[in-house]
Amino acid sequence: MTRRYVDRPGEAYHSLTQHSGAFVDINMKVLVPVKRVIDYNVKARVKADQTGVDLANVKMSMNPFDEIAVEEAVRMKEGKEHHAAGTATEIVVVSIGVTQAQETIRTALAMGADRGLLIQSDADLEPLAVAKLLKAVVDEEKPDLVLLGKQSIDGDNNAVGQMLAALLDWPQATFAGKIVIADGKATVTREVDGGLQTLSATLPAVVSVDLRLNTPRYASLPNIMKAKKKEIAVKAVADYGVDTAPRLTVKKVTAPPTRSAGIKVADAAELVSKLKTAGVL
Amino acid sequence: MAVLVIADRDGDTVRDTTHKTVTAALKLSGDVDILVIGQGSKAAADAAAKIAGVRKVLLAESAGLGHQLAEAVAATVTGLAAGYDAILSPATTDGKNFMPRIAAKLDVAPISDIIEVVSNDTFVRPIYAGNALETVQSSDAKKIITVRPTSFDAAAEGGSASVESVAGADAGKAAFVSEEMVKSDRPELGAAKIVVSGGRALGSAEEFHAVMDPLADKLGAAVGASRAAVDAGYAPNDYQVGQTGKVVAPALYIAIGISGAIQHLAGMKDSKVIVAINKDADAPIFQVADYGIVGDYKTVVPELMKALG
Ligand SMILES: Cc1cc2nc3c(=O)[nH]c(=O)nc-3n(C[C@H](O)[C@H](O)[C@H](O)COP(=O)(O)OP(=O)(O)OC[C@H]3O[C@@H](n4cnc5c(N)ncnc54)[C@H](O)[C@@H]3O)c2cc1C
Ligand SMILES: Nc1ncnc2c1ncn2[C@@H]1O[C@H](COP(=O)(O)O)[C@@H](O)[C@H]1O
Repeated sequence: MTRRYVDRPGEAYHSLTQHSGAFVDINMKVLVPVKRVIDYNVKARVKADQTGVDLANVKMSMNPFDEIAVEEAVRMKEGKEHHAAGTATEIVVVSIGVTQAQETIRTALAMGADRGLLIQSDADLEPLAVAKLLKAVVDEEKPDLVLLGKQSIDGDNNAVGQMLAALLDWPQATFAGKIVIADGKATVTREVDGGLQTLSATLPAVVSVDLRLNTPRYASLPNIMKAKKKEIAVKAVADYGVDTAPRLTVKKVTAPPTRSAGIKVADAAELVSKLKTAGVL
Repeated sequence: MAVLVIADRDGDTVRDTTHKTVTAALKLSGDVDILVIGQGSKAAADAAAKIAGVRKVLLAESAGLGHQLAEAVAATVTGLAAGYDAILSPATTDGKNFMPRIAAKLDVAPISDIIEVVSNDTFVRPIYAGNALETVQSSDAKKIITVRPTSFDAAAEGGSASVESVAGADAGKAAFVSEEMVKSDRPELGAAKIVVSGGRALGSAEEFHAVMDPLADKLGAAVGASRAAVDAGYAPNDYQVGQTGKVVAPALYIAIGISGAIQHLAGMKDSKVIVAINKDADAPIFQVADYGIVGDYKTVVPELMKALG
């Protein structure tokens, strides 16, 4: 990471600092962990033997939050929105998962990431193990920023980013709705209960992204073609020598109690009388 | 066994998410202490001490703890961890932010968003947007858990625990800059008995407020929204109900112009009574609604206001 004085580091930054120029961190290397998960449009179904969710022949996609993280990294590289051009110069995507997770990495490469790394694992690793592997990748790659999703929509853990930050002893900024990079810091506006909180984290940092950060692009055909030539390194979990033994045993996975559809009422008056009878008004 | 509950502080008091987390903690066989964090939190600690069933309240104050930043909270809690077998926090945005950090520092696999305590080491939590429930057993010596508040009743008042001060850590490599909190006289979304939520159908911020606010006021309800309504700027971020927003379980939930996507249902399907107002008779929201009105909200909501008197 190098620093350069620019006159117009972006509107957002102006409103934070009042002065006209700023030191912007440029040439950042950004690491974006992406997970292959059930497509968000698919309703998960529990297996009859209660061992898990049936993923056979189910459409899989990049975790939606991770698409947002990739998009933001690419915007940092392109100098789009409020990011100064060259805020990021290299974007590395990493996925831990089955062989097919290479398709997920390929999607990120088509969006504009530079190269990929697959850490192959047929086991569904827990956030602690994922965070340990990502720490090993960070130790090797030495990024200035790790941008990842706030939550994977399969396990709904909302944990990996915070755990990675802890293992690295880096600051964390979760649930980002806006990120401004300047003066060696990420100034992040977070979506929290009750409203918005802005904090500044000294780089290197881990930032997890929320839904409102951006709208991810669809990769164009030429970029999909270009992505085919980009490099994806493939490694094994064992290459990293970290302890990924599970700490949690899944005893069973069951379907939630179902709600059955009720009745249609003709009008508001009938509704109010039903609600009074039900004792909720 | 000893259990520590990290309080969700609200000025000079603690939110009922704390009481609900205490209920979950009391299901573990052990003594339950509460940790109140933040500069100037003595009054909140005194409030926490009145929760029934609590052994003692720990109060950690330092300038660095003012805004519950994860680095300082984690450093404070890991300093106390030796004395506890389980550490619980409500699954609020603060809890979700600092608990995994604490877990990683302690080399523990965190268990997020539990809805049931089966035993001292086994818990139930929703996965896949609540379309599956996972029962997990932890082999870690310490359990680090966030609790979904809507799944537990609030612990009663009536306790008289002692309050003792403990060391609070200083700020880490992140610093608070500012906050913009949405001010409202209405009940909090997570705790309200009635929630009225608006969706994309409302079409604009003006319309959203013109339709939803008077209805909420008439019912003494909190206002929620779908992601589509929030993304479009009709409602503030923290109104979002769903898988990745707030989870609510009021006695009455009224969805207006919301289609009922999986992600939205994940946040409200545990409500006692669900009402849907939608002009599309085939909208998926009707599959979970106890009472549905097929119609344009522009005519149905004014009629509803009238019928409510
Ligand atoms: C990763 C991820 C996370 C998500 N998290 C959430 C979440 O937490 N919460 C959430 O809500 N969504 C979430 N979503 C989005 C979700 O998939 C849906 O897109 C969203 O819930 C749709 O919002 P809506 O129902 O308001 O809009 P729409 O689906 O567009 O529905 C609008 C409805 O209004 C009805 N309508 C239109 N005009 C009228 C009228 N005049 N009168 C009456 N009815 C009318 C229509 O028939 C339609 O059913 C998430 C999506 C992703 C990918
Ligand atoms: N197996 C994985 N491979 C790569 N990234 C992951 C993996 N699991 C989780 N992540 C990242 O961590 C984020 C949070 O996931 P979680 O803590 O599991 O909800 C995701 O949005 C991803 O960015």
